[in-house]
Amino acid sequence: MSTAMEQLYQQLILEHAKTPHGKGLEVDGQGESFQVNPTCGDEVRLRVHLRPGEPVIDHVSWDGSGCSISQASLSVMSELVEGADVPAAENLGATFRGLMHARGKGLDEESEDLLGDATAFTGVAQYPARIKCALLGWAALRDALVQAGAVSTDAGAPAASEENS
Amino acid sequence: MTAGPVETLGGRHAHEGGLVGLRSSSLTTTELAAVRADFPLLTRTVRGDRPLVYLDSAATSQKPDVVIDAELEFYTRNNAAVNRGAHQLAEEATTAFEQAREDVAAFVGADPGEIVWTSNATAALNLVAYAMGNASLGRGGAAARRFALVPGDEIVVTEAEHHANLVPWQELCARTGATLRWIGVSDDGRLRLDELTTVVGERTKVIAVSHASNVTGAVTDVPRVVTRAREVGALVVLDVCQSVPHLPVDLHALGVDFAAMSGHKMLGPTGVGALYGRRELLEAMPPVTTGGSMVEVVTMESTTYAPPPARFEAGSQMVAQAVGMGAAARYLGELGMAAVAEHEAAIAVALLDAVTAVPGVRVIGPTDTRDRLAVVAFAVEGVHPHDVGQVLDDRGIAVRVGHHCAQPLHRRLGVPSSARASASVYTTLDEVAAFGAALATVRPFFGLGGQQ
Repeated sequence: MSTAMEQLYQQLILEHAKTPHGKGLEVDGQGESFQVNPTCGDEVRLRVHLRPGEPVIDHVSWDGSGCSISQASLSVMSELVEGADVPAAENLGATFRGLMHARGKGLDEESEDLLGDATAFTGVAQYPARIKCALLGWAALRDALVQAGAVSTDAGAPAASEENS
Repeated sequence: MTAGPVETLGGRHAHEGGLVGLRSSSLTTTELAAVRADFPLLTRTVRGDRPLVYLDSAATSQKPDVVIDAELEFYTRNNAAVNRGAHQLAEEATTAFEQAREDVAAFVGADPGEIVWTSNATAALNLVAYAMGNASLGRGGAAARRFALVPGDEIVVTEAEHHANLVPWQELCARTGATLRWIGVSDDGRLRLDELTTVVGERTKVIAVSHASNVTGAVTDVPRVVTRAREVGALVVLDVCQSVPHLPVDLHALGVDFAAMSGHKMLGPTGVGALYGRRELLEAMPPVTTGGSMVEVVTMESTTYAPPPARFEAGSQMVAQAVGMGAAARYLGELGMAAVAEHEAAIAVALLDAVTAVPGVRVIGPTDTRDRLAVVAFAVEGVHPHDVGQVLDDRGIAVRVGHHCAQPLHRRLGVPSSARASASVYTTLDEVAAFGAALATVRPFFGLGGQQ
């Protein structure tokens, strides 16, 4: 197996793919997004559950099917944004997008500290076809936050649908 | 290289005993080595220093030197605007362009005047659908009335179609009020042609079907479709993208009304395809894309149109690519499509054996070798196709993953997507063996069953 492959399929990713966090769509929630990756048919329906009266993500719930990268990324994201206030979650998403465009070289220490387990996806950026797998969940989160009215669409980050096209 | 005379079996072998029984010799080991030597890309390595095992020819084929050289030669020697200009280069370019049309026509059993260049097969299918839409609006006058649709008319497709032979018909129905109906697919991925008697009826105006599935590799019994279409007066539109590069195809013998073919899937360049239309139909059909080169007399009020095929070739054409596609047709013709088909039939057997030999892997589509191409889609239990493709790629093996532009077929067969190995004339048994060995490592890699 090549080094790049080992970096792609890190143990942490394989474990998250096998027992994903946040999977199982819950009925309540303030915003919902359905995202598909039209090239491979992967899909996710994600709901964001905000704390009453606070701009804080209590947790997200989701259901979907896809490859190990997309499923593991959804799982890690679910852990990361649990209890995060909305601007912090937005910042996480922007940082993760930055990681995906770093060609496998990673980011500065501060950014990687912020991403925590999500730095396991550094190797994905060496495989251009897999970047959109890793971004599927993050696109759904951003869109769900927009649907919930927690962020505006013109906040700088690209719209979810564009990101996945 | 040459491997005996061109055989034209009319594409009818498919329902007369399968591909393996063809009366011709397959490629010898020496001939196959010579074929591979014609494809420069096949010598490269990928993912480090691994030899490329290219099993994605159903998506796009690799190109022999003669095709690459034909485009190069056109640009370095003959390039000029075709069908206009009085100079020598314009003559040479036009001759090369029209010679390519003759070569493609001869290769598929058609007359040159029945071949319309298009940018790809999708454009060819859309051309027919939009021409029918225009006829439904009254364009093309009385002659085009045979193409007109009214609410209540029906278009029949199949559940196995590539999106290119489905979506244009959905859109045509939406524009005209016609109803889309479809032939189903059995659990093993074969078309339920018994449904021709129930789904096709007196209101059926078009039956659009693929000659061979790009997912399951199943070859359609076209004469049976044509027979039923004739009973009700429907037009048959055949997608021959997957058949023409792999089987002897004679469109006149098949008796279809239209056929759409792809250049890049038959060893030719990208950016070019062709629509075959029976001459009398093309003559009656209204134009779709309008502009220069497709007209006779233009006044400020109105325009009269050129006869086919020019009527359907508005604007500057993909001349170099057409010349390349002509070279591809000659190349395959010289190899002999019977020999190509027999070689690939042996590859199909080996691919099926390779896939079924691995525990936890199943074929999506027919598992028998009757009437099928060397196109094998498969599912690996517990592993997403994208991950399957990634593990194979790490060993230099290129397969397609996803829904292969056939979402309804995947839905019908109970999977969201699949991995697919597909061969061409240059595929070897050694490559299939390498694929099988790599496939056996996929589930163990993800900690599932089997042996590491």
